[in-house]
Amino acid sequence: MIGFRASALHTKLRREIWQMRGQVLAIALVIGGGVAVCLMSLVNYSSLQATRAQYYQDHQFADGFVSLKRAPRHVLQRVAQIPGVTRHSGRVEGTAKLEVAGFTDPVSARLVSLPDAGQPEVNRLFLRQGRLPDPARSDEIVVIGSFAEAHGLMPGDGLVAIINGRRQPLRIVGIAESPEFVYVIPPGGMLPDYQRYGVLWLAQEALAAAMDMRGAFNSLVLRVDPAFAVAGVVDALDRELDRYGGTGAFGREDQFSHRFLNDELNQLKTMATVFPLIFMSVAMFLLNVVISRLISTQRDIIAVLKAFGYSNRQIGWHYSQLVMLIALIGLLIGVASGIWLGNGLGELYMEYYRFPALLFRVNVWWVAVLALITFAVALLAGWRAIRQAAMLPPAEAMQPEGPARFRISRIERLLSGVRLSQPSRMIVRQLSRRPGRTLMSVLGIAMATAIVLVGNFQFDSVSLMVHTQFARIQQQDLAVTLTDPASDAVLFGLVRQPGIRYGEGRRTVAVRLVNGHRQWRTALTGIPLDARLQHVVDADLNNVSLPPDGVLLTDFLARELAITTGDLLRVDVLEGDRRTLVIPVAGITSEYLGVGAYMTRQALNRVLGEGPVINQALLNVDAAQAGTIYRELRETPGVMAINIRQAMLDSFYETLARTFLTFTFFNSLLGGIIAFGVIYNTVRISLAEKGRELASLRVLGYSHPEVAHILLGELAILLLLGIPAGWAIGNGLALLIVTAMQTELYRVPLTITAQTLAFSATVVFVSALASGAIAWWRLRGLDLVAVLKTRE
Amino acid sequence: MPGQAVVFQTRGLTKVYEQGEVQVHALRGIDLDLYAGELVVMLGASGSGKSTLLNILGGLDVATAGKVCYRDMELSSAGDRELTRYRRHHVGFVFQFYNLIPSLTARENVAAVTEIAEAPMAPEEALDLVGLGNRMDHFPAQLSGGEQQRVAIARAIAKCPEVLLCDEPTGALDSATGVLVLAALDKANRETGTTTVIITHNASIAAMADRVITLSDGMISGERRNAERQDPRTLSW
Repeated sequence: MIGFRASALHTKLRREIWQMRGQVLAIALVIGGGVAVCLMSLVNYSSLQATRAQYYQDHQFADGFVSLKRAPRHVLQRVAQIPGVTRHSGRVEGTAKLEVAGFTDPVSARLVSLPDAGQPEVNRLFLRQGRLPDPARSDEIVVIGSFAEAHGLMPGDGLVAIINGRRQPLRIVGIAESPEFVYVIPPGGMLPDYQRYGVLWLAQEALAAAMDMRGAFNSLVLRVDPAFAVAGVVDALDRELDRYGGTGAFGREDQFSHRFLNDELNQLKTMATVFPLIFMSVAMFLLNVVISRLISTQRDIIAVLKAFGYSNRQIGWHYSQLVMLIALIGLLIGVASGIWLGNGLGELYMEYYRFPALLFRVNVWWVAVLALITFAVALLAGWRAIRQAAMLPPAEAMQPEGPARFRISRIERLLSGVRLSQPSRMIVRQLSRRPGRTLMSVLGIAMATAIVLVGNFQFDSVSLMVHTQFARIQQQDLAVTLTDPASDAVLFGLVRQPGIRYGEGRRTVAVRLVNGHRQWRTALTGIPLDARLQHVVDADLNNVSLPPDGVLLTDFLARELAITTGDLLRVDVLEGDRRTLVIPVAGITSEYLGVGAYMTRQALNRVLGEGPVINQALLNVDAAQAGTIYRELRETPGVMAINIRQAMLDSFYETLARTFLTFTFFNSLLGGIIAFGVIYNTVRISLAEKGRELASLRVLGYSHPEVAHILLGELAILLLLGIPAGWAIGNGLALLIVTAMQTELYRVPLTITAQTLAFSATVVFVSALASGAIAWWRLRGLDLVAVLKTRE
Repeated sequence: MPGQAVVFQTRGLTKVYEQGEVQVHALRGIDLDLYAGELVVMLGASGSGKSTLLNILGGLDVATAGKVCYRDMELSSAGDRELTRYRRHHVGFVFQFYNLIPSLTARENVAAVTEIAEAPMAPEEALDLVGLGNRMDHFPAQLSGGEQQRVAIARAIAKCPEVLLCDEPTGALDSATGVLVLAALDKANRETGTTTVIITHNASIAAMADRVITLSDGMISGERRNAERQDPRTLSW
């Protein structure tokens, strides 16, 4: 008997789900959206985390790094004895200017030596193609994959390097990646530029010969036993290598490529929490409305079931099953698409970061926890309505619900001067009768708008950021980095070259800024007093004049160091005589990209105890003569690298457009799903509640468009309220995201263009049109005869 | 009332519903003339076809075969747009379950119709006519069933329709309240001269009509003319 009951109710459940399939699907999609974003971000985060960990482990990525002037190789034996050091690799590093066939822009490269044994002990290469250089041959090189790809280079191809002023033809024998160079930024640059900057590996002997470093090393990387603190090893290294011109050892957390990857992974975590929260709350509201409505139309059915002897618990369970079934459909959609998207995005990231292989990680526990949350949210949403159904006394349930109670709303009194038609009155009263539901619908639409806006504002913001940095703050065409600091007379030499119109120098020096226990490795930049090509700006992008003494810090850096104007800052210079300075903080500035500390060049030269010395030149050039200038500069001894502002911008926008297009599409899709879920359900519920009234009006002579006006007018008001609210919420969310996404590399400014506002409104509006079209079509099918004979 | 203009004329009116695999013959060749200004009661048991006939006369349903004309307009060949216009300008409906708009007051319910009509009376006038001049600003939920039905009658007559079609107007009401509603219909018919058709299964109502038509099994099974219309207030059931 029990079995029969259960199966009859199951049949009812199945048929009702099928009857409400449109609404069920709309809700399930919203739930699915939340689950998918959450799972996708988790899968992505942990897959990338695991992939990176495996990559680091397999290729013995260093825990400690040191650059130095020159140390004899026997010093390495002492390094090996430092407690905690398990592996080490002393190598020669250098820079080169390259000539790549068919490419006229200046190209520079970082050179790293490989031991005779082939793979180094630390920072082993992942060889994609070809082989490692023959230790006996000085012209064989391995190039980094990103550079090879940017130029279409293959093993067997040749290129020319100018190392230490000498031209040297080289032949590519292999293409490789390294955990040390997952993210590569050229010196003096701020963004990756794979066409104009690369990494080359040469045999130890070859590079040492070219760099005059035979029997010596100038770079040390090492692995530390996990039982030992890296900081202790770093201190010991500093003590050991100071006398060889060490610029200060540092741990992995300060290594540029690693730090950038960390930032990126943390952003994924933000995405895994914020977005699902929005989706789940919208889904909860939708379920609440739909289930309440369903149960109120099934009062008589509930009464009959109870009259036949079904218990309150059975009735409650029956409707709980309905809710959970919808949640289950959403969960399945979400898990499937979350894993699929996570995998797809993982592949994309893998290609971007050039990891050897993606370790795909899906934890069954996450799915279990997500399922639990989804069901809990669904049951919570339906709780009140289900309880009401379970508690309904059968006799009362047999009675139809009385006519809905309405009153003249406050809004209407406010509008008393306006003559409302009766249909418009119906709309206003319908909306104000259930202010809670109206508010939630408006909020749902607002959230949809906000999600699309958040997905797109970043494009505006990043564009503004880059524009500010490269058009407003930096106005040079070329930045020339010198191999070693030189007298500013070099500048006059450069400016005299044909095609160069104007130039100014600057001095940068590697420093460690220290305030108490907080410290930060960065560059201290000395800018000439009368600089025209380089500016320091404040939060409103106004030029800040440089103080005669003292240092200016960017706000991000000041916060990290917990220091403010007037405080004294300890500056450990990591070059030259490695002196320690104490300089007052003269002011705080604002910059979107990078982390900077600024002084006047004159003051910097003075505190470093050097004459008028520069190591970078900023130039304005005649574009028509660019080719000649690049060639000249390439041949100029002492010039290490050349950055072209426009090239940097172009390559940046290209990457940006590619990445953001995917992202924008994805966010618009999610926003569209929420908008459709909310609007479709609102319209369907409204249609169900008002179907009888609307049919009556049709009988009384109202035309189809006149009746549709009542239904769609309500929708229009919800949109009118929801979209601007969404803009406001989106603005708030954007601010949150901008704050959460502040990294060393960049602080995205908050800017939202009219275009973005319009786009977010359009996505929501299109979803509304789709729902409206369905409602229009359903209204056509209203049964006018049935309405005359039925009591609600 | 032969001699008066014919408002409705049906010839061979037939309606067949396909319900799944079963064919239901709701009307089997009805020939009927209704005259201007008369009050007709159509009597019949449930399933006799009276509602179907009313729906076709009201432009809510279309016949399977035969012809139905409203004055010179052939309803049997009209499309949705023409039928909507026909209902809007010529027909007043009174439903068994009142079908008032719960979000509008009595006055506004009437105004919902007068706003789209060509030469309506004022909503207040219509409500006065049914004796609800003092309840105009009440919402349906604040009115009794009889009062709601009288609002529905006011709504139906306010546009000064040429025909008033009432589908079991007292079906959901007790006798005392039903009488008040019938009195309102009687008054409206006398004062506005609207052709009024009341369908009911309640034979006691027949006495208030000019003419009584009985339907059974989709056909007209009887027709009689009352010598005198009885005042609805004297009716009871």
